[in-house]
Amino acid sequence: MAGTTATSYTDKVLVNDEVAEFSPAVIDEMKAHVAKYPADRSRSALIPLLFVVQRERGGWLDNPGINFLAQFLNLEVTDVWETATFYSMFNLRPVGRHHIQICKTLSCKIMGEPEITDHICSKLGIHPGETTEDGKYTVTMVECLGSCGTAPMMQIGFDYHEDLTVEKVDKILADCK
Amino acid sequence: MEIKALGCEPLSLRRVFIKDGHTLDVYKKDGGYKSLEKALGMTQDAIIQEVKDSALRGRGGAGFPSGMKWSFVPRDSPKQKYIVCNADESEPGSFKDRYLMEYDPHALIEGMIIAGYTLGSNTGYIYGRGEYRYLLDILDVAIDEARAAGLLGKNILGSGLDFDLHTHTGAGAYICGEETALLSSLEGYRGHPRMKPPFPAIEGLYASPTIVNNVETLTSIPQIIEMGGIKWRDLGTEKSGGTKLWSISGHVKKPGVYELPMGYADMEKFIHEDCGGMLRDGKKLKAVIPGGSSVYIMNAGQIMGQNVTLDYEGLVAAGSMLGTGGMMVMDETVDIMETTKNLTEFYKHESCGWCTPCREGTDWLVKIFNRISTGGGRPEDAQLMLDICDNIEGKSFCPLGDAAAWPIQSAIKQFPGDFKKWLVDNTSANGVSPNV
Repeated sequence: MAGTTATSYTDKVLVNDEVAEFSPAVIDEMKAHVAKYPADRSRSALIPLLFVVQRERGGWLDNPGINFLAQFLNLEVTDVWETATFYSMFNLRPVGRHHIQICKTLSCKIMGEPEITDHICSKLGIHPGETTEDGKYTVTMVECLGSCGTAPMMQIGFDYHEDLTVEKVDKILADCK
Repeated sequence: MEIKALGCEPLSLRRVFIKDGHTLDVYKKDGGYKSLEKALGMTQDAIIQEVKDSALRGRGGAGFPSGMKWSFVPRDSPKQKYIVCNADESEPGSFKDRYLMEYDPHALIEGMIIAGYTLGSNTGYIYGRGEYRYLLDILDVAIDEARAAGLLGKNILGSGLDFDLHTHTGAGAYICGEETALLSSLEGYRGHPRMKPPFPAIEGLYASPTIVNNVETLTSIPQIIEMGGIKWRDLGTEKSGGTKLWSISGHVKKPGVYELPMGYADMEKFIHEDCGGMLRDGKKLKAVIPGGSSVYIMNAGQIMGQNVTLDYEGLVAAGSMLGTGGMMVMDETVDIMETTKNLTEFYKHESCGWCTPCREGTDWLVKIFNRISTGGGRPEDAQLMLDICDNIEGKSFCPLGDAAAWPIQSAIKQFPGDFKKWLVDNTSANGVSPNV
């Protein structure tokens, strides 16, 4: 998981009590998630809401966003961190505007993933797990994304890009604004 | 990528071939929601009997008989009951549920409403893996369509049945495909598995009776109600009823999702003819993992000329398992030590950390693989890894540990030469010296 160390979560929790604010439209979106679950089970909405907060806070979960969710769902801040730190799709430090997630599991691996990864990383001048200096791209290696028949593949944000070739990757990267 | 049915009419896949089959209008014109109408006129016991008769077994990998699972739910319990669809398709090599949700979301919804009626539940959740956001969007549209048409909500089709359905997103954790971990995640916690018993059918979501079924399992329910359980079963074999979706990937010319009747003969023909044979001409088949990464790897000798039938029993007899039907094919250029290392890295990453054998065992195994792959292999490493596997298999809290051990145990058994090269000769199977 691309993330900061355990120590730094603790530091953030202890030192930062700023609470994020969100627009009424975003609050409504969050309430619609909470409404899916029984009234006394609003914690069920935590994962969907972490995605909303991540999107609204620039692609990662910062402390003010977490503090907001703790208040919104009437949880302890540590409850929110406990869940957030388990799941690999939650970014615990800033990522680039385009988060390139390359599948490294078996079918992709044997169908050309190493070449695709090398090409992307050398083109962007970073290693997997790093972000370009301009904050535009982050490359993360991820486990199977259920796209084995169309390997190799990557996901940028939530978009699947399949049957990758070096030429196709060049075009996809050129289209990232 | 191919999507097609072989040896049967497309059943689970049939709406892939109908334009706009994912919309309510087209779905209804194609006979959609007729099974729900039929089911609403049947008793709950009669429906469960049809599902039992169908010999439908859970399509998520474990293959547990679905009718029996349904029969465990205490329908007279005053507690709320829940229907949960496991759409957390994360098993390496499996990608079939994607296409069902993309092309036939209403079949899933219809299957879940029927399950709700049968088991006395009025709420369902579809737990989709977080990466499948686009599919959850498709399902949300379909759910809204169904709700607007009176197929979800209060008094469905005037029957007095209340049932509503919601999508729920995961966030990247393979373990959440395990049903009790899924329920922990659905409650907003880390995806840790829970002790069984009590099984989810007795105490599942919010400690209420809950059925967790795979996407393909639930989309089979309307087919079974429409055709009758016995007729549906007879599409396949007596013990493995119906048709099955296979995801095939790796070194074949035509990877894709294939719908085959259970008992399809045989695996060699499927790979070498139906799927177009080896991707690169002149390269021989070396290995197949037939049911997603959590099953025993097979060598070519277990497949070629062996008449392996594609069903639960056939693959067990051949020395592996059906699992999810996620078949990964490797030609002779692949080094099985590296394959096994890749899969072990997967299980280390996905181990939830709850129990020691799995958390520590997968970590040690990856350390050993890293040493081997950088030229530090030792002759005793094979036995060392088998010992660690023995301390994981059957000793971990949930089946993820077993799934991590099986690829290694079977790879060392079926491909001793590939390991000998790294452990004894210190060169890779391709004859290339490793980077030391």
